[in-house]
Amino acid sequence: MKTTYREAMRAALRDAMQRDERVFLMGEDVGRYGGSFAVSLGLLEEFGPERIRDTPLSESGFVGAGIGAALGGMRPVVEIMTVNFSLLALDQIINNAATLLHMSGGQFNVPIVIRMTTGAGRQLGAQHSHSLEGWYAHIPGLRILAPATLADARGMLWTALQDPDPVLIFEHGSLYNVAGELDEDAGAVGIDKAAVLRQADGSGDTVTLITYGGTLPLVLEAADQLSGEGIGSDVIDLRTLRPLDTHTLLDSVARTHRAVVVDEGWRSGSISAEIAARISEQAFFDLDAPVERVCSEEVPVPYAKHLEQAALPSVTRVMAAARRAVGAGG
Amino acid sequence: MTTLRNQGVPDAGHAMHLLRQMVRVRRLEEKCIELYSAAKIRGFLHVYIGEEAVAAGVMEALAPEDAVVATYREHGHALLRGVSAGAILAEMYGHAEGCCRGRGGSMHLFDAATRFYGGNAIVAGGLPLAVGLALADRMAGRQQVTVCFFGEGAVAEGEFHESMNLAALWQLPVLFCCENNLYAMGTALGRSESQTDIALKAAGYEIPAWAVDGMDVLAVEEAARRAVDAVRSGGGPHFLELRTYRFRAHSMFDPELYREKSEVAQWMERDPISLLQGAMQAAGQLRDDEWAGLQADVDAEISTAVGFAENGTPEPVSELARFVYSDRPEENNSGTDISKEPTKGGAAG
Ligand SMILES: Cc1ncc(C[n+]2csc(CCOP(=O)(O)OP(=O)(O)O)c2C)c(N)n1
Repeated sequence: MKTTYREAMRAALRDAMQRDERVFLMGEDVGRYGGSFAVSLGLLEEFGPERIRDTPLSESGFVGAGIGAALGGMRPVVEIMTVNFSLLALDQIINNAATLLHMSGGQFNVPIVIRMTTGAGRQLGAQHSHSLEGWYAHIPGLRILAPATLADARGMLWTALQDPDPVLIFEHGSLYNVAGELDEDAGAVGIDKAAVLRQADGSGDTVTLITYGGTLPLVLEAADQLSGEGIGSDVIDLRTLRPLDTHTLLDSVARTHRAVVVDEGWRSGSISAEIAARISEQAFFDLDAPVERVCSEEVPVPYAKHLEQAALPSVTRVMAAARRAVGAGG
Repeated sequence: MTTLRNQGVPDAGHAMHLLRQMVRVRRLEEKCIELYSAAKIRGFLHVYIGEEAVAAGVMEALAPEDAVVATYREHGHALLRGVSAGAILAEMYGHAEGCCRGRGGSMHLFDAATRFYGGNAIVAGGLPLAVGLALADRMAGRQQVTVCFFGEGAVAEGEFHESMNLAALWQLPVLFCCENNLYAMGTALGRSESQTDIALKAAGYEIPAWAVDGMDVLAVEEAARRAVDAVRSGGGPHFLELRTYRFRAHSMFDPELYREKSEVAQWMERDPISLLQGAMQAAGQLRDDEWAGLQADVDAEISTAVGFAENGTPEPVSELARFVYSDRPEENNSGTDISKEPTKGGAAG
């Protein structure tokens, strides 16, 4: 079945709403407008305004209300237009959603799912382009998902809704139009493990390319081109940024002996920093080269196309890092 | 003014009950101060002394299935909602027998059995939660009410306004109870708000709102019953501004440089406990032996609670990482958390 990432997301929402009457979608412009990224287009007509609930511009208020509704037994899916705006709701996400279970000694779990877009590449300027999911991955009590594939766009939501704890889903804005084949009966997928999407055959130079979300397509392309140069790659899609599936990473590095982490966040204090640290802590003697990182330049993402592209990870930069790792020169 | 504004004491049994409830909160917190001074309990400690009529009056209007959201000054709310004094004190001791197994402390009391949702130490942080609890009730078709307590300091926060707007827009079954004790730590209301009439702010969101004498437990109870009935019967959110005063410092660390002792003394003449006690005595509803008996009962309750807390067991450190995520089947726990040392190996996904 031919579909897009956006349609897969919508199918997941529809499926969840049909399966469980406690599920409802709430956020700015999710209803009449159809979702600012058109993910929920048509769902208002299908499910009505109680369950496809437009909210005022009140990120803290409606995210907090979602947390309260989860405490009250509902299964809210709260949409925040972009990760930049989620900062207005940080208090509710970090001080309430992530802490209530622990502070209450296990009495109050918060089964909320919060979805938001992340990432750059569409010339939207700094306040609509940042990748802050790595920050959220810093917070105990949250689970952080980054669906990069059609299967995950279709399948992660239902699994997230089964999770008794708060789950944040980050959808890279450049993925919504990605089209491809998805099984007719595609459904829920696990959210505990990273995926090895491509495996080096072991001959010649090898490297593990580690990424997630919006940078996966360019990493896959880099892997293709690298194989033409005789460099074989494992491509790992992290899928879940917290808790991290370190096993899959270490297992791959033990075979390839090199790692390149590709992350659209800034390098300083990023999820890629955490991954590099884990590899050096736990696989140091497997490594034949320092861990490489390809991240965004440390600037607010600029508007002008050439500047924006210069700030972001690219196929060229990933290939250069992989070549450095295998000693083939940058 | 040293009399109850509300004339006419209710039947003796009910008046006794209200008096007892206020005395329970007072004695519990006097004990907390003692235990704090003896370094038995630590952290921030904010007492409610002087404001007891608010929690005592409002709780009377609630049914067991209703929900309560409170702030960090919530010992009284928790106690009168039905959490035992023992569980509250054990929590402050950091013991496993505490209502949150020692993870919450004074500012974070929670209790699922009585639908007591804290215990929030972020000023205004509980308001959106109350809106959401009410939303859940509305969507599930339950006739329940959520009551949200907060100080007047919260009305300057954005979350206050966002919550008023959402609750009114969606006509949710929530009762907002603003405990206006005139000070947010050391900041007097008039120094933080351009409009100091708080009920008027709520009215600006089309929410029915009244200001109530928060030192008069009968007035509080009457207003709360009226408001809760209106909310429960589908009247949408309601708002009470309860005008009260805290007799003690903001917390145990507060040198109270911001207000005159004479102002405190003046308010103490309207001590909610003395007011009701005096009115009952004047109406012949409280004999000296009954008053002595009530105090003895409460003292016994509190000393039993102290014994319970004192003999509690520290939550084991081996349990430290519990309740960060919900317990779930092993297969779902295969991911490693940043806090844990992962072991090498395992199948590639
Ligand atoms: C968001 C936030 N800012 C600041 C504080 C620090 N703080 C703790 S209590 C308090 C005053 C709150 O006053 P009020 O809401 O009137 O409640 P009261 O203490 O009088 O009961 C402040 C500023 C906080 N806990 N949360």
